Amino acid sequence: MKAYDIVIIGGGPAGLAAAASARKNGVTSILILERDKELGGILNQCIHNGFGLHTFKEELTGPEYAARFIEQVKELGIEYQLNTMVMDISHEKVVTAMNREEGMFTVKAKAVILAMGCRERSRGALNIPGYRPAGIYSAGTAQRLVNREGFLPGRQVVILGSGDIGLIMARRMTFEGAKVKVVAELMPYSGGLKRNIVQCLDDYGIPLKLSHTVVEIRGKERLTGITIAQVDGRGKPIPGTEEDYDCDTLLLSVGLIPENELSRGAGVAISPVTSGPVVNESLETNIEGVFACGNVLHVHDLVDFVSEEAGAAGKNAASYVLGQRREVSGREIQMNPTEGVRYTVPSSIRPDQMEDKLTVRFRVGGVYKNCYISVYFNDERVMRRKRPVVAPGEMEEIKLEKAKLLEYPDLKTITIKIEEA
Amino acid sequence: MEKRELICIGCPLGCPVTVSMEAGEVVKVEGNTCKRGDDYARKEVTNPTRIVTSTVMVEGGMDVTVSVKTRSDVPKGKIFDCVKSLKGIVVEAPVKIGDVIVENAAGTGVDIIATANVAAR
Amino acid sequence: MYDVVIIGAGVSGAAAARELSRYQVKACVLEKEEDVCCGTSKANSAIVHAGYDAANGSLMAKLNVEGNKMMSRLSEELDFEFIQNGSLVVCTDEENRVGLEELLDRGVKNGVEGLRIVEREELVSMEPNISDEAVAALYAPTGGIVCPFNLNIALAENAFMNGVEFCFNTKVEGIERTEGGFRLKTNKGDVETKCVVNAAGVYADQIHNMVADEPITIIPRRGDYCLLDQTAGKHVTRTIFALPGKYGKGVLISPTVHGNLIVGPTAIDIEDKEGTNTTRAGLDEVIDKCANTVKNVPMRQVITSFAGLRAHEEGHEFIIKELPEAPGFIDCAGIESPGLSSSPAIGCMVADIVKGILDLKENPDFVGTRKGILKPGTLSMDEQNELIKKQPAYGNIICRCEMITEGEILDAIHRPLGAKSLDGVKRRTRAGMGRCQAGFCSPRTMEILSRELSLDRMEITKCGGESKIVVGTNKDKI
Repeated sequence: MKAYDIVIIGGGPAGLAAAASARKNGVTSILILERDKELGGILNQCIHNGFGLHTFKEELTGPEYAARFIEQVKELGIEYQLNTMVMDISHEKVVTAMNREEGMFTVKAKAVILAMGCRERSRGALNIPGYRPAGIYSAGTAQRLVNREGFLPGRQVVILGSGDIGLIMARRMTFEGAKVKVVAELMPYSGGLKRNIVQCLDDYGIPLKLSHTVVEIRGKERLTGITIAQVDGRGKPIPGTEEDYDCDTLLLSVGLIPENELSRGAGVAISPVTSGPVVNESLETNIEGVFACGNVLHVHDLVDFVSEEAGAAGKNAASYVLGQRREVSGREIQMNPTEGVRYTVPSSIRPDQMEDKLTVRFRVGGVYKNCYISVYFNDERVMRRKRPVVAPGEMEEIKLEKAKLLEYPDLKTITIKIEEA
Repeated sequence: MEKRELICIGCPLGCPVTVSMEAGEVVKVEGNTCKRGDDYARKEVTNPTRIVTSTVMVEGGMDVTVSVKTRSDVPKGKIFDCVKSLKGIVVEAPVKIGDVIVENAAGTGVDIIATANVAAR
Repeated sequence: MYDVVIIGAGVSGAAAARELSRYQVKACVLEKEEDVCCGTSKANSAIVHAGYDAANGSLMAKLNVEGNKMMSRLSEELDFEFIQNGSLVVCTDEENRVGLEELLDRGVKNGVEGLRIVEREELVSMEPNISDEAVAALYAPTGGIVCPFNLNIALAENAFMNGVEFCFNTKVEGIERTEGGFRLKTNKGDVETKCVVNAAGVYADQIHNMVADEPITIIPRRGDYCLLDQTAGKHVTRTIFALPGKYGKGVLISPTVHGNLIVGPTAIDIEDKEGTNTTRAGLDEVIDKCANTVKNVPMRQVITSFAGLRAHEEGHEFIIKELPEAPGFIDCAGIESPGLSSSPAIGCMVADIVKGILDLKENPDFVGTRKGILKPGTLSMDEQNELIKKQPAYGNIICRCEMITEGEILDAIHRPLGAKSLDGVKRRTRAGMGRCQAGFCSPRTMEILSRELSLDRMEITKCGGESKIVVGTNKDKI
């Protein structure tokens, strides 16, 4: 059996950044396993611009952003295997993978970094009634067909869901000659970034209908039309508000789900809120030496933050395999997301192990205007940041300082919540 | 005084920006959180521009398409002309990031360049 | 001139074709769709009923019990998935207990073996997620679950291997009586035959009425279903039915042979014989009703919903007989539930009728076995590696949810009566049937279909006809 210090599952933005960081922190024995024919993951089909402002201080397209990390990984001499599907990860960190050349093989790892990314929610998961004709795609599938294969999935398009991929595809399909008639969003707010509504919908006069959903799908072979309706506060369609659209294509951009089948198989504990692993300050799961980062951990809006998070995971995995971790006193502080805050990553902090500064990322459950993001150490408020608006579509973060935590020897719980101004 | 409400698209923060104008001149920009926002707002109300991204087909490559973009932003009114200038273009592999695909696209003075590497088959 | 033409390549038609291929017979199956298993046979509960439901003395009861008894051996001969997981009819109201007794009695008279009533305590130990209201249940150990696609496909492939022809995209539009039999008018031209088997599912009335004196009416009875992720597949281990009672006729909750959980169906009579659209009301009914017998069904884990049409005939009885006024024309109509369960017996019964008419001789070359698509996942690692060394396509995963390799997809395309569309590949291999519902694999499967069938990508369909996946190329119309 081959053996590596660190095996990274997935060669997308998270896997690449984790690998580069682990290498820079002193680990030479690293293997990236990637199922596609090239490194870069989903970035290779995200041909729009807007990536890299944080990381590279310039605006890049997805493939350009990926290329910079791929170059780095190649320059650092990090080993990777393409066209290789990981089939299983054991609790003992034995990774079973398969490809055409080697068949099934196993690799023993001292540390595993989970970087498998996420997948799109399907029509089925929404239980939209109607026929099941051709012409219904998740936005990412359409993105692959258009951007990577040069095919137009349809000419008259309705989009359900205002996730970023859906918004981006509205513009993309318009460029390639399709007519995008409407974007319907179930929630009273968009799931995507505001800038994407401006530059992908508003620029092209594509209407966005909030609090609307698809209630019927027509067409027995190829899609011929759909009906959308307004929904009430509980998401139920309101009779009498139906509007019919003739279209041959329905794109779905209705959410992303971290892809954790392998993690579950290994025995990694999964958060019901994020659908990603429960991790501590080191981005380490309940299995010692198994780390997670990027969209497999929780779905991000910005690849820059994926890279940053993955860099931390790579560094932490390196200290783990190099035996550089500090002695553990066993002290662990629980994060307590509440009152508008849905979750935090990490969900616990061992102060002994934490870096001088630790980024805590989270999402809110609704739109809040002129509010405060407040942090409590036990019952004492230690931080309050004014925010003109926070929304579920945009990930938030706070930074915790180790020095500050150490000032509170009895600290058991760190609460993060939204407070009205 | 005329006021225009914008969402800055300079970065993913998406700051709400208010531009005050008088006689076609920008007199004040508010709500932005960085210099980029100020620049965006002034441009957006006078001469809005965008980067255009698309793909062209590739022959003899490991991939059948290559992604492209305008090297810098072009006037909004020229977006579709830039896209049209790509119709029917087929480039031969290998293609490197930065290779010029169309020079001076649609008379904007801006080249359209490749944004991905495609190795020859 | 054929000896016999079977109209419809659903499970009844395929079973009849396979049984007829035991004899020296020139036979052909005409199917209006592009593949076998495209109508009622593809969208149902996938249950092999024990046989306690149908009225004593009915043909339904007889064929159900016979079919159930044949299924296990057939699944070995033809290599399709069948599991005898047992079924429970759950009573949630002490007042209705008499209903259980009636079912038990009927089942015993129908010849169902092993039936007994289990009381709450035992029921809970058998199915921990059973409803808190459940008081007792009828347990039928012979009840089972089957892969409806592979049952149908296996029967058809085996018939084909034994000489039965299949014509797809061929719709029978009229039937004329001739000297020696019948002339079928189809969209692909005329077909002459001595005998006709009408196994046209929801269209069996139209075919019947082309020849018969007494018309029949087949009412498409729609059933909406939800299919849940494999993570929910162990919520129950047996098939759970609701004893009809104060909530009306309930829905069933069952594991599938592939480890998913299926919940449904509704029963809504409609007019459109192609009306396989689910409705909000239908899906809500399924979601509401499943809680009557099983608690905490994780409906958040639905991966798809679908509707199928049962070929319901007013008399609620299988109509399998030669028409006296049209000798040589055999109806195989009104095949609604338990049609799938009965299909092996239906095939035999139809073949017997034809044999009697044509005085058929045994086919000495008949091969009664067929191998299904090789599933590398069932092999040991060493065996898999041997396979991949010989055929590297088995090392290439195409469908990540179900872990289906390119090798399996190639097999599905190139085997007898192979797949021609995404759905064809899906039904044969399960590629695209998992939790992402083909988002990941459909472009890849399209590419393989296009390469292997030498078709332009734009010609590849989801399920034949106009169900094209892509409609043009970038910028083709700007």
